[in-house]
Amino acid sequence: MSGTSLVTARERALAVLGGEPDDQTLGRYLHGIPGVDAVGLEQRAAGLGTRSIKTSSKKWALDKIISLVDLTTLEGADTPGKVRSLVAKAVNPDPADPSTPRVAAVCVYGDMVPYAVDALGGAHGDPDDGLISVAAVATAFPSGRSSLEIKLADTAEAVAAGADEIDMVIDRGAFLAGRYGQVFDQISAVKDACRRADGTSASLKVILETGELVTYDNVRRASWLSILAGGDFIKTSTGKVSPAATLPVTLLMLEVVRDWHLATGHRVGVKPAGGIRASKDAIKYLVTVAETVGEDWLVPHLFRFGASSLLNDVLLQRQKMTTGHYSGPDYVTID
Amino acid sequence: MSRLAVPKTYKLYIGGAFPRSESGRTYEVLRADGGFLANVAKASRKDARDAVVAARGAVSGWSGATSYNRGQVLYRIAELLEGRRAQFVAEIEEAEGASRAVASAQVDEAIDRWVWYAGWADKFAQVAGNANPVAGPYFNISVPEPTGVVAIIAPQDSSLVGFVSALAPALVAGNSVVIVASERFPLSAISLAEVLATSDVPGGVVNVLTGSPAEIAPWLASHSDVNALDLVGAGDLDWVSLEIEAADTLKRVLRPEGGADAAAPALGRITAFTETKTVWHTKSLK
Repeated sequence: MSGTSLVTARERALAVLGGEPDDQTLGRYLHGIPGVDAVGLEQRAAGLGTRSIKTSSKKWALDKIISLVDLTTLEGADTPGKVRSLVAKAVNPDPADPSTPRVAAVCVYGDMVPYAVDALGGAHGDPDDGLISVAAVATAFPSGRSSLEIKLADTAEAVAAGADEIDMVIDRGAFLAGRYGQVFDQISAVKDACRRADGTSASLKVILETGELVTYDNVRRASWLSILAGGDFIKTSTGKVSPAATLPVTLLMLEVVRDWHLATGHRVGVKPAGGIRASKDAIKYLVTVAETVGEDWLVPHLFRFGASSLLNDVLLQRQKMTTGHYSGPDYVTID
Repeated sequence: MSRLAVPKTYKLYIGGAFPRSESGRTYEVLRADGGFLANVAKASRKDARDAVVAARGAVSGWSGATSYNRGQVLYRIAELLEGRRAQFVAEIEEAEGASRAVASAQVDEAIDRWVWYAGWADKFAQVAGNANPVAGPYFNISVPEPTGVVAIIAPQDSSLVGFVSALAPALVAGNSVVIVASERFPLSAISLAEVLATSDVPGGVVNVLTGSPAEIAPWLASHSDVNALDLVGAGDLDWVSLEIEAADTLKRVLRPEGGADAAAPALGRITAFTETKTVWHTKSLK
């Protein structure tokens, strides 16, 4: 999974914006986007959440969810041992059932990337090939409050250590102050820092931290801004701020991705992260993706769940479907 | 102008809340003379699943409380039952067609049994535990520990006393309980749940399901997160199959009891839902 090349991304942005991406041009463009009908959005999301998914469809959905999970540990207390056990779980989520699919990626802090790469060994690779990527959060995650130099060094270090995907945070302060050009330039620069020596590039996920953007209009603008600046994925949240991912916010971001695809033919991924703990909720997200951008978006390079406890719940549901009786937390790992 | 009657809706008790069945189903409970008495929620397997999740969540808090504290909390329920005596007597009269004297005697017996079990809370460990003599400079101590989540099929032929006799002993040691009430006489069970909800018993420690035991019991018997199964009121079900299903996950099982002294107060009902933990500890070296 190599991201789009920088040159085409910038050209595409210039073509859409009709000028250099400075505060004025971006401001004019982003504020020209129609506002969000909040009531309609929430109603649509609630409607999509009422679908009843049963038996064989549910079985398919559960396996699909597992294959789309970025299994995450982002704690101050992370140790190499914890990362290794996370990787073991990513490779073999349910040791009692070898037919369980692998997750898409493990998501760790930048300094933990070498341990993750080492633990994955031969299982490290492209999730589209049934292997597991290493994603690293970078750019002064989760607050994003540091200088650009530090953010770029943070990113380059993770990429050099073997990260396939970089989860960056935008500077919410600059965004809310209307300094769109600064946010655009930072995303472009981080995208540049994702390049490897051999010319390939790590995939870039741009975290909007929607819980701090206050309004749906801001989420829509930040989504456009991130896509214009070259993000391969737009991600809802760090998981450190409440509210994290919600269904309406994810629906809104999927609509932006759909509109961008219609306008340019270019596909961008979406990653809801944080607060999705139950299989039932995750299935609602699958329905929302399929109904908004289409079922072919349900692949690891276009849709991910950022989650840690979700996987256990999916495994319990899966065990229930396989064995015919309810399972319990004694039958999955304690993370 | 005459008042409209305000009949009560009897709902489930799961995790400290009173939800309707997720299935939306209810069934009619009839008086002894066949007349309509009340609509009661008919729990589904998913309600049972939710109840087990709630019970599991409550295990650490309830089992972690001191036994003295558990005894106090349980005794307080007896006090509250005493305060609601008239309601329970009236419900038993209506549901079982019993005379006031008989209904009143049943409530007395239920409260007395509750007090009896409450008293055991900080005493049964002295009886069921032991300081074992060993050949070495060690203390060797065996103590009864709660087994975890206990699923109970309550006695089916009794409103209150059967329900209390099955529920109280499982709580004493610190277990959390999912109990399926009598299908024919569920009203007292839900009223008791209202007492529990306003007492000091943490939400989720007791979860009451009403509906068909034949439908719900197999799901509880096979549930991997249930640690013990009390089939005291399952005599009319295919309880052998339930016991076989329970064996798949090594549950402790109490078999059905019938007759007048079914679920009679006994220390054995408390210790049935405990596991013996034995620890070694060095003696002081001085």
